[in-house]
Amino acid sequence: MTSSASPDVAVVGAGVIGAACAEALSARGLRVLVVDRGGPAAGTTSAGEGNVLVSDKTPGPELDLALASRREWPLLLARLADELGPELAEAEWEDKGGVVVATTDPGPLAAFAATQRSAGVDARVIDRDAALELEPHLTPRVTGAVHYPDDAQLQPVLAATTLLAAVRARGGGVRSGVTATGVRRTGEAVSGLETSAGVIPCGAVVNACGPWSSEFARRAGVPIEILPRRGMLLVTAPLPVCVRHKVYDADYVGGVGSSDADLQTSTVVESTRAGTVLIGSSRERIGFDDTVRVRVLRELAAKALALFPFLDAVPVMRAYGGFRPYAPDHLPVIGADPRLPGLWHATGHEGAGIGLAASTGRLLAELFTGTRPHVDAKPFRVGRPAVVGAEVPA
Amino acid sequence: MSGRVVVVGAGPAGMAAAIGAADAGGPVLLVDSAAGPGGQYYRQRAVGRRTPSSELQNRLTSHPDVTYLPDTSVWALEPADGSHLLRLQTGAADAPGRTVRTVVAAALVLATGAYDRALPFPNWDLPGVYTAGAAQALAKGQGIAVGQRVLVAGTGPFLLPVAASLVAAGAHVTGVLEANRATAIGRTWLGRPAVAARKLGELASYGVVLARHRIGVRYGTAVIAAHGTDRVESVSTARLDLDWNPVPGTRREVAVDAVCVGYGFNAQLELAVSARCALTTAPDGGGAVVVDTDQRTSVPGVYAAGELTGVGGAGAAEAEGAVAGAAAAHQLGHGTGPTSAQRQLVARGNRLAATLAAAYPVRDGWRGWLTGDTLVCRCEEVSYDELSEAVRTRAATGPRAIKLTSRAGLGLCQGRVCARNTAELLGVPLDHTAAAGRPIAVPVRLGDLARTPLEEQ
Amino acid sequence: MSFEIRVDGAPVAAEPGRTVAGVLLALGKDSWRDTRRNARPRGVFCGIGVCFDCLVVVNGVPDVRACQRTVVPGDDIRTQHGAELPGTGES
Repeated sequence: MTSSASPDVAVVGAGVIGAACAEALSARGLRVLVVDRGGPAAGTTSAGEGNVLVSDKTPGPELDLALASRREWPLLLARLADELGPELAEAEWEDKGGVVVATTDPGPLAAFAATQRSAGVDARVIDRDAALELEPHLTPRVTGAVHYPDDAQLQPVLAATTLLAAVRARGGGVRSGVTATGVRRTGEAVSGLETSAGVIPCGAVVNACGPWSSEFARRAGVPIEILPRRGMLLVTAPLPVCVRHKVYDADYVGGVGSSDADLQTSTVVESTRAGTVLIGSSRERIGFDDTVRVRVLRELAAKALALFPFLDAVPVMRAYGGFRPYAPDHLPVIGADPRLPGLWHATGHEGAGIGLAASTGRLLAELFTGTRPHVDAKPFRVGRPAVVGAEVPA
Repeated sequence: MSGRVVVVGAGPAGMAAAIGAADAGGPVLLVDSAAGPGGQYYRQRAVGRRTPSSELQNRLTSHPDVTYLPDTSVWALEPADGSHLLRLQTGAADAPGRTVRTVVAAALVLATGAYDRALPFPNWDLPGVYTAGAAQALAKGQGIAVGQRVLVAGTGPFLLPVAASLVAAGAHVTGVLEANRATAIGRTWLGRPAVAARKLGELASYGVVLARHRIGVRYGTAVIAAHGTDRVESVSTARLDLDWNPVPGTRREVAVDAVCVGYGFNAQLELAVSARCALTTAPDGGGAVVVDTDQRTSVPGVYAAGELTGVGGAGAAEAEGAVAGAAAAHQLGHGTGPTSAQRQLVARGNRLAATLAAAYPVRDGWRGWLTGDTLVCRCEEVSYDELSEAVRTRAATGPRAIKLTSRAGLGLCQGRVCARNTAELLGVPLDHTAAAGRPIAVPVRLGDLARTPLEEQ
Repeated sequence: MSFEIRVDGAPVAAEPGRTVAGVLLALGKDSWRDTRRNARPRGVFCGIGVCFDCLVVVNGVPDVRACQRTVVPGDDIRTQHGAELPGTGES
């Protein structure tokens, strides 16, 4: 984009959600500028494990979005490989599948899988022997499992930078180190984005600030309720491939939608293409406090060992974490702000932003251009009570 | 044992801090990863006949109020209600099943020291290329010379004792290459005669050893490449201009079986970052913990001493340790705090650190020594070309995106060796706090992590 | 005073206080690991536990820094090939 041309849309936030929105908008011919106070994928995106999951969601709107996004990601990456070349579109996509493991009565897990199947998830109940065949290093205490062939993984920073490369290739721009401080209004509508580098005239602004979305919305004069939840991960030293799928313990299913302030952990163990094993993940509601907490790391370690005892003598070389944005009703927020024409939001994906990004970008662009949405957008509307206090009609 | 001073690191600074705090009457716990106190400077021979211990080591080991915990690493540090929790593992290095425990530090002195900075050059990953500190540690601790024909190269006065140690261990040192020019170094020292008088006397003793073995110091010269298939067989040296670009026509190949390189030091900052201590850029360009005249960091109850606050050598470290120990004990109600004489010694050490940084800078020309296939990150085997390509094509900015698109710094050393070099190669400022942010300060085996008691027992 | 350990299967005499790196260097070896990606040889680099280049397998456990580990009688020291799993020799 040349500096003389002002963008049609300014996207605030160069994480995977902002990048996906910018990609989808630019694919529809809009001129897009992405600004970020840090740089591409500097926040929540770089602190995630890269989950593209259908296994962890109960039937409902988020699962519908997850199923759509799971279909969308490989198509999107394939399109970008055509457009940008395979190297720049490399995001370490692996459709490795997931295995949820029970070590007590496998009945409830099988029942949960049945409800997911009714919502369109490929969820295959397998016995102990089949589980050990899928994951030979698994604890012998396994009593049963559910295999989700559609669970997948990608490397979040590569995914976000691939999407942003497409934006640039189409004449859009990405500016790092630019802090969005508010929106400029002309009459009742957005006419520009106020930033630390001056006002950027534009017809629309997308708030994709992740955990910091409510702060930006407040500065724009239209508060939304998005809260941070901290998540921590452990990373082992590089190992030979020893975990073939994404492997969870069965209580993962219960942990995601909960609103308990206390620490929750539920194990996710997986090998990455780099050889490291990722062990996640915790959820804590402690604001933006990023202090090291060994209590959390210890619980992650203990639960990973319960699934994979062979990891006992493996070195942990790193722990990292970040803040996941969530709305009080634990649904993403995607769409136009009914209180301020020209302001859009794409946020609140909690720990699922990487997986949901592909469909989130597409949905936002469909709503933006007035084309028919590929999933029902209503559950994610901005003007719902959980997000803005009381229903605000569009 | 509540109200205790905990000192991390038993080098000159940590030993002085432990003694200083204990002399003031406070109970002290001194934690160190080595088998015996001394750190890199006072490293004793571990094999065969012991080398005599220093006065500092003698005072430390005989002090009734110091509990010394060797073979112990601090793998995590977390703030807790005005004090700090240290997560420790004790036992054989990197063994699983070590003793894990938690201790509470009412006052904490960080004296975690520094390690050699190595600049990359073609084939610096070949066996036979060592840091100067490695040669020193193996010679002093194990009585082993890293080679028979050894070249020492880099910048700074530390190269001289390294060469002397190599000679003592039986190596033939073919020369010492100081990358900075003698005239520039001399000018800096001459401008600070009081500092020079104290330091140069110490260096003269090494000069005598080198002269006796006819080891020349060549100034304005560096090793710019190593050669060999599975180990170093020779190196290329070149004269450098003032910016450290090789002068055309001066390249020479020298047959050696080992080369030892050191371009100053990087401070071990991870525990200071975990404690949330404010960092700054030291005179030498590296990261350093901000301290006041009592060695207090920006975090109440946390003190820092030694190379962590700027690289000034053992004497300066010891002076800072004494102040930090006295101040930490005083905070807990013991003694009267540091004396003005002790603070003056610290100020003198700070002047030395500034002088060293000015006399032995690292100049930008080193970036031209690399070829495209020179490794930048040794752990993940990321070449200079791969780093540049990843950052360019992905438009990566910021430390996390650069790491995760290039993989430089994601390996077991967690960027200790490459982070500063990578930032300089890319021409981006180094965020010291981000670069040294390692919640897991050293690797811990997963089972030991799972068995760590959360409270002190 | 010296005692026996094993290095890549062969008995070797070692003295108290020797590090694994000290033993291996004294045997004339200067590399005992090959890297994961390019299978390149590595040995001691920093010598003080910072760089993790000198990794070696001790008593079946990989990723032990040879420069930091002191040998004890009966230690079984083995070359490390890329990334290995503890106790299996798998790589």
